[in-house]
Amino acid sequence: MRYLLRRLSHALFLLAGVSILAFLFAALAPGTYFDEMRLNPQIAPETVAALRAQYGFDKPLPVRYASWLSSVIHGEMGFSFAYNSPVAPLLLVRARNTLLLTITATLLAWGIALPLGVWSADRLGRLPDRLLSWATAGLLVIPDLALALGLLVLAVRSGWFPTGGMASVDFETLSLFHKLGDLALHMTLPVTALVLSSLPLLVRHVRAAVADVLKAPFLLAAVGHGIPKRALLYRYALPAAANPLIALFGFSIGVLLSGSLLIEVVMSWPGLGPLLLEAVLARDLYVVVGGILGSTLFLVGGNLLADLLLYWADPRIRTESGAR
Amino acid sequence: MASVLEIQDLQVSYRSREGVWSAALAGVSFGLMPGEIIGVLGESGSGKSTLAVSLVRLLPRNGEIIRGAVHFEGKDLLRAKPDELQQIRGRRISLIFQEPSLALHPTLRAGEQVRHVLAAHSSPGKSALNERTRQVFVELFREDADRISRSYPHQLSGGQRQRVLIAQAIACGPSVVIADEPTASLDSATQMELLAVFRTLRERLGLAMIFITHNPALLSGFADRVLVLYAGQVVECGPAATVLASPRHPYTKALFQSIPAIFEERGSGRGTKLPVILGDSARSSLPRSGCPFEPRCMERMSVCREREPQLVNLSASHVVSCFKYES
Amino acid sequence: MWFRVSSMKVEASAGSQNMPPLLKVENLVKRYARRNLAGMREELLALNGVSFTVFPGTTLAVVGESGSGKSTLASCLACLESPTSGKIWFEDKDIVKVEERVRRQLRPQIQLIFQDPASSLNPRWSVLEILLEPLILRRKFTREEMRQCASSLLERVGISPDIVERPPTELSGGQRQRLAIARALTLEPKLLILDEALSALDCSVQAQIANLLRELQSSLGMTYLFVTHDLAMAVYLADEIAVMSGGRIVELGSAEHILNQPQHETTRQLLRALPRMTRALPAPEQ
Repeated sequence: MRYLLRRLSHALFLLAGVSILAFLFAALAPGTYFDEMRLNPQIAPETVAALRAQYGFDKPLPVRYASWLSSVIHGEMGFSFAYNSPVAPLLLVRARNTLLLTITATLLAWGIALPLGVWSADRLGRLPDRLLSWATAGLLVIPDLALALGLLVLAVRSGWFPTGGMASVDFETLSLFHKLGDLALHMTLPVTALVLSSLPLLVRHVRAAVADVLKAPFLLAAVGHGIPKRALLYRYALPAAANPLIALFGFSIGVLLSGSLLIEVVMSWPGLGPLLLEAVLARDLYVVVGGILGSTLFLVGGNLLADLLLYWADPRIRTESGAR
Repeated sequence: MASVLEIQDLQVSYRSREGVWSAALAGVSFGLMPGEIIGVLGESGSGKSTLAVSLVRLLPRNGEIIRGAVHFEGKDLLRAKPDELQQIRGRRISLIFQEPSLALHPTLRAGEQVRHVLAAHSSPGKSALNERTRQVFVELFREDADRISRSYPHQLSGGQRQRVLIAQAIACGPSVVIADEPTASLDSATQMELLAVFRTLRERLGLAMIFITHNPALLSGFADRVLVLYAGQVVECGPAATVLASPRHPYTKALFQSIPAIFEERGSGRGTKLPVILGDSARSSLPRSGCPFEPRCMERMSVCREREPQLVNLSASHVVSCFKYES
Repeated sequence: MWFRVSSMKVEASAGSQNMPPLLKVENLVKRYARRNLAGMREELLALNGVSFTVFPGTTLAVVGESGSGKSTLASCLACLESPTSGKIWFEDKDIVKVEERVRRQLRPQIQLIFQDPASSLNPRWSVLEILLEPLILRRKFTREEMRQCASSLLERVGISPDIVERPPTELSGGQRQRLAIARALTLEPKLLILDEALSALDCSVQAQIANLLRELQSSLGMTYLFVTHDLAMAVYLADEIAVMSGGRIVELGSAEHILNQPQHETTRQLLRALPRMTRALPAPEQ
C-alpha cells in the first residue's frame, strides 16, 4: 500500500512537470491563435488586441500558467479558442471515442497474439512456425499508413464498409440495436488497421518468451509428471513467461490514447488524434496542453499498472526474502 | 517373483551439432523387483542421467534410442504411444530431477504444483484433489505441511524443495520412482534426512526405486542392490553389502579407494596422497574395441584391448564385466 | 565421503607456526539490510563476530551447513564484499580499512575458487585466453613470457596441451576446476580461498583435485581456506577446522581434535551425518 502511494505521488509530480514543459513549449512556439485574425484586413487590430488581452496573452508566462492550473482544478482545463468551449469536455468526448477504438483493438490484438504465440513456440523451428514468422515480418514491414490506406481502398471498392467517421448520417434515427451495428461497422476498419499494425510485435514477443520457458528444466519435469500438453502450455509455460509480457502489456495500455493518431486522422475517426492535430496547427494552446497531459496520464498509468500486475503475478518480486 | 521394470539391452546415442553420434548407453540391462531400491552408481560420462530420462522417453531432441526394450506392466515403454506414455509418467513411474531449484515452477505454490500432477491423472472433484494434496504434504512435511503447501519455491530451502519434488512424484501412487542425484546439491545432514524419507516411503508405499548417484557412501545402508555404470555399460551389479564391502571390478575398486578413508588403519589416512584413477571418464566418440575402462585400469591385461568383456556371474546375484573373472 | 571406522594415526602438526600469521580475522560482522518491494526493511545477520588465525603454508577448513555464513565469510575475505564491522589482517595490513589503492595491490594475493566451474569461466573464450587474461592485465610480461608461463601452469595443474584452444564448455568438471586453479595461480597468490570448490565434482575427480591442491601447497607454500559442508574432505585436507553455525564459529581445533573429541553439538551432528558403511539402518521417521 505504501508502495502504491509512493508511485502515485511520483506520478503526480511527473504530470506537473510535463504540464509545465508542455505549457512552456506550446506558449513559446511562434504564433498564437489570433495570428490568422491579424492577417485578415477586415478585423481591426484593436479587436485582436482586445481579444488577446481578454484571453490573457499579454500577461507573463508564470501568471498564465497559474491561471491555467486553477482552471484545471476547477475541472475546465483551460479554454479552446477554436471550439469556443472549455477544454475538458472537448477532450473527454474525443478521448472516449479514441478509447473505444483502442481498447477494442488492444483486447483483440492480445487475444489473438497469445494463443498464436504459444502455438508457434510449441512448434518452434518447424514449418508452421516459420510461415508465421514470415507473415509477422511482412506485417511489421508494412507502414501503418499503407495499411490504413489499403483498407480504405477496400472500403471504397467493395462498399462493404463506410469510408470514415464514427456514425452514419441517420444515426440518431436508428434503434439501439441498429445503432450498435452501425457503430461496429464504422469501427471495423480502424480496429483492423490497429490490430494488424500491433499484432506482429506482440506475437513475436509472446513466441520468444514462451519458447524460452519451454526449454526450462521445470517444464521437462512437468512432462515427466505426465502433465498433458494444453495444461503444460497454458498453466505452466505461459505464467512463467509472463514477466516480459506484462511489461509489454503496460506499454500497450500506455499508448491507448496516443498510438492511434495516424489511423484516426486517415480514417476520419473523431478521436483525440485529429483534435490534437488541428489544435497544434491552429495554435489552440490549451487543447494541446490538455491532450499532452492526457497521453502522459495514460503512459504513467500504464507503467504503474504493469508494475502492479508484475507484483501480483510474480511471487518472487512480492517476497524478496528467499530462504537460502 | 516377476520384476516390475525390466530393461533389456538399452542403447542410446546423442548427436552433436556437427552431426557426430556418440553413445551414451551401450547396452544396459537389469531388472527392478517390486519394493527394491537399486543404487545406480556412476560418474559424469557414465550415462546415468541418460538412463533416467530414457526410461520414460524424455530424451532431448538430439538424443535417440537406438535399441532396447523397457518392459513395464506388460508394455514396452520404448514403443508405447504418446498418450499412453503421458498416462504412465507421473502416475505409474515418476522421475525426480536433479536440481530442485530448477525443477519446480517458479511462480506456482508448492501445493498447486502437486495438485496439477494429481489433476493430470485423475478427475475427482476439487475438494477430493485438495484433500489428497494435503495428505501427501502431511506425509512428507508433518506439522509444516500447510505452510509449505502455501509457499513458493524460492521461499523454501533446498531440502524442502526436494521434498516437494518427492511429493509430486508419489502423489499418484506410482510403483516405480527414478531419482536422478536427488541429494546432489544439499548438505550432508539434509542428505541423510532425505534418504530416510525415501526409506520410509518405500516401507509405507511399497515403492521400487532407482536411485542414481555418484557418491557410493549414500548407498550404504540404503540400497538393496548396487549397479555400477561406466561409459554407458554395466560393469558390476550385485547386493549392496557385497559390492560396497568387496568390490570386484577394477573401476569400482579404484573408485572406492579414491575416497578419503580418514579412519583407515592402512590406506589413505591424512597426509597421504589419494590413489586416484588417472585420466577422466569423458566419453570418447571414437570407436574403439576392448573394455572401455582399459586405458585407466591398473589391472589391465592384453586381452582387455582386443575384446569387450561380457557380464560374468560371480554368484547367483553378483555379476561383473571383467576379463579377470572370466574362467 | 565414505570411510571405514578404525583407529587413527596421529598427525604431525603443520610447521610454520613460528612465522607470523598470514591471515587474522577479528570479530567480523556482516549484516545485510534490504528493502523489499513493500518498502519494509529486512535484516540478515550473516556473520556475527567471527575470529580466527591462519598461518602460512597451512590449510584451514570452514565447515557448516547452508546458512551458517561460511560463503559470506569467503566473500568478505576475498574482498568481494565489505564487512559491516571487524578487522581482517592480511600479513600486516587491515584490508577492510586500507585505502583502495593498497587494496588493489593486495587483491592478487588472495584468490577465490568457486563451486561452479562453469559459471566462473567465460564460455566464449578458449582455455588459453582465459589463462592469459590475468597475465595481460598485469602488463609486465612479453607475449613469449606469457605463453611460457601459461604452458608451465597448465602442465602443473594437469591440463593436457591439446585442449587449450577449446572453450570451457567442452571441458569436464575436473578440468574446469583445474583451469580455475591455474588462472588463480597466474597471479602468484599467497592465500587461496576455495568456496565449496570440490562439492560439484564426482568422487574420483575430487580425489584428483585434492591431490593437486596438496601438491601445490607443498611445492609453492600455498595457504588454503577451504569452505565446505563436507566434513570428511575437510578432515582429510585441513590442518585446522572451524565449525560454523548461525554466523559464528562454534568450535575451532585441529583436524584430529574435531574428529575424535568434538565438543560442540553442531560438530557432533555434522559427524553423525557423515555416511559410513557400518552405520545401522536408522529407524524410520515416526
